[in-house]
Amino acid sequence: MIRKVVRYLDQRSSTAPFIRKSLRYLFPDHWSFLLGEVALYAFIVLVATGVYLTLFFVDSTAPTVYHGPYVPLQGQHMSEAYASVVRISTTVKAGLLIRQTHHWAANVFVAAIVLHLLRVFFTGAYRKPRDLTYLIGVTMLLATLLEAYLGYSLADDLLSGMGLAIGWSVGMSIPFVGANLMSLLFHGPFPGQSSLWPRMYLAHVFLLPVLIGSLLVAHLTLVVLRHHTQFKRKRETERRIVGIPTWPGQAPRSLGLAFATAGVLFLLGGLVQINPIWLWGPYHTYLATNGAQPDWYLGWLIGGLRLVPGFDVVIDGYTLVPGPFWGGVAFPTVVLGFVYTWPWIERRLTGDREYHNIVDRPRDAPLRTAIGVGVLSWVFIVFVAGSSDRADVVFGLSYTAQIWFYRMAALVLPIVFGAIAYRVCHELVASERIAADRKRAEAEAKARLAS
Amino acid sequence: MRRGRDLAVALLTLLLGRIVRPRESRGRIVPDAPGNTSAELVALAFLALASFAAVGFIVAYAVGGNTQYLGLSLGLSLVFVAAALIVTARKLVVAEELEEDYPPEEHVVEQERVEQIVEEAGDGLTRRRLFKLGLLGTGGALGLALLTPVLSLGPFFTTKYYLGTPWRRGRRLVDENGKPWHADAIERDDFYTAFPEGANPEELGSPLVLVRLPPGDLRLPAQLRGYDAGGIVAYSKICTHAGCAISMYRAPLFQPAEPRPALVCPCHYSTFDPATGGTVIFGPAGRPLPMLPIEVDARGFLRAKGNFDGPVGPSWWGVRMWRPNP
Repeated sequence: MIRKVVRYLDQRSSTAPFIRKSLRYLFPDHWSFLLGEVALYAFIVLVATGVYLTLFFVDSTAPTVYHGPYVPLQGQHMSEAYASVVRISTTVKAGLLIRQTHHWAANVFVAAIVLHLLRVFFTGAYRKPRDLTYLIGVTMLLATLLEAYLGYSLADDLLSGMGLAIGWSVGMSIPFVGANLMSLLFHGPFPGQSSLWPRMYLAHVFLLPVLIGSLLVAHLTLVVLRHHTQFKRKRETERRIVGIPTWPGQAPRSLGLAFATAGVLFLLGGLVQINPIWLWGPYHTYLATNGAQPDWYLGWLIGGLRLVPGFDVVIDGYTLVPGPFWGGVAFPTVVLGFVYTWPWIERRLTGDREYHNIVDRPRDAPLRTAIGVGVLSWVFIVFVAGSSDRADVVFGLSYTAQIWFYRMAALVLPIVFGAIAYRVCHELVASERIAADRKRAEAEAKARLAS
Repeated sequence: MRRGRDLAVALLTLLLGRIVRPRESRGRIVPDAPGNTSAELVALAFLALASFAAVGFIVAYAVGGNTQYLGLSLGLSLVFVAAALIVTARKLVVAEELEEDYPPEEHVVEQERVEQIVEEAGDGLTRRRLFKLGLLGTGGALGLALLTPVLSLGPFFTTKYYLGTPWRRGRRLVDENGKPWHADAIERDDFYTAFPEGANPEELGSPLVLVRLPPGDLRLPAQLRGYDAGGIVAYSKICTHAGCAISMYRAPLFQPAEPRPALVCPCHYSTFDPATGGTVIFGPAGRPLPMLPIEVDARGFLRAKGNFDGPVGPSWWGVRMWRPNP
């Protein structure tokens, strides 16, 4: 049977050698290498559930009045888009399961990509010959953030409508061209005309998924062509890779992880409520919910917008830099700019232009670890600042005091954390050296005693 | 009777039958795995559970489609398959760690060949530089031409409408249902939303937030004198920071901690003082809330006395080029 299939394929594609090699491709065995895989499987769940949702979603802001079974919304004015998402969540059988699983998968997808990025960063896996793979990966993260934001905005509920208003305001704040670009994009003033929804929809269900899918193929092709990186344990060297072959070792593991990811996502989708849009109600320009929190991956941006004190840079009546630009555009640009350019910055700093197949432990590259911890803690502090209103409500901490604290913390703590990380790396390496020296000395002493 | 026996034999063979492989003459590629019958049973049990859960999903769908049951059954089915696969990976499949060479760092000769092939193709050209320039120019012009239709997406060069609002002198303030606001309905320590009568309430320039302050507490700057109607003040409800609706009024809830009443936006907590003309007390807003001059007409209803004192909505490059129109 297997022979027949392979013969059929080989005779038509001449790929038996390729198939044979693929079956024995080597995967180094380390748990952290599975983070990227989780992202891949979450993406597959997203595409599958997303296709299902498109069959019921209406990409129109045409006004309608709700007459469905959910009593609190009956008689309310809303857009067709919002009404269709309420329909998916209430009357379509299994609709809510698929919608919530889609939403959970989006959150897990972004989280897995970010964790994967951290693994790649702190082990130096992005170095030559994998810097191009890294750039494609970071671009995927960027596309994913936009994709997630658009998907969340499409529902046209009050919470996402506020998010869209904020996104529009941040776009307006771009110096010189912001207002013109937003006018082009929204087809007029905000709250835009109905043409925005088909645009967002096209981008969310076609343009961006195709982009992410293509980048994914390029990313994985590059990974395979250059083979995986590996940690230095025993037999591993820069020239020889040690690992488990695709078949029979890795395949059941990866498939198991795929099923586990999908299983957990469907469990979450069925059992843990997420984004109950029927509670938020439809978006209207003049309404807002209190204690509004977006999906987690936007937390760093809402934090940035909340922390920057209010001032517009004005020159003679011309508003050069409106306030939201700092937290909403400049801050993420600096962070992403750092992530994009770091491989080249490091090359400049260390003069290391070599090929690397063996990855570092974080302690082996104290400078990289320190800078990484500094930038990460900077983003994390701003992220936490984004939840200061919840801390006010839950713990009774004064909002104003918190913001002042986070403003100071964002300026000072990254340097402190970076310095601590640098020191810890050195101490860890030193303690390893001491332990190794002692072992050697003990062995020597034993040998001398024996003779 | 006979059929029943056949069926029983077939079932027993399926359940208990094992494959005994004859010794093979060709050398193995994958090393022989040590058998593990108990692990086999565990994996099979997980697969059985996965099947049960999958059937459970179909049943749950058929009997009403309860989201929790659907998620539980489908999720568990997938998780059981994962468990079977992991048992397979850990116990049933041979654990082999192989090693091989990484691909070569580069192919210097091939690189040179590529360069040669590309370069030699252009040997017939005598004006190479001019050709390059021509290609570059054409590429730029054609690229620009192909981008031009993008401008049809929206009015790129028009930005004036960002400054317009539907408010005019004499326009009545109405509530969400179009009912005019009576001055007596506006009470202290509460806040109200108002719209221009007959206009689109969704427009950024439409919604107002109304609050009543003790007239003695008002400290409006000179140019805003008379904007209030006996202590009732009206501001644009759209935050000047990022366009959210101002939907919190800090009065009198936070009295002990924060002495003055304030209008707060729940998005980024820009905080405005309604007593001083909407000035920013705290938070990221860069401009005060635009104030609308209002009055009480003969029948006690609230009316606009003109347009806002400043532009509505978030800042952009031309926001301060706004001029008040009476």
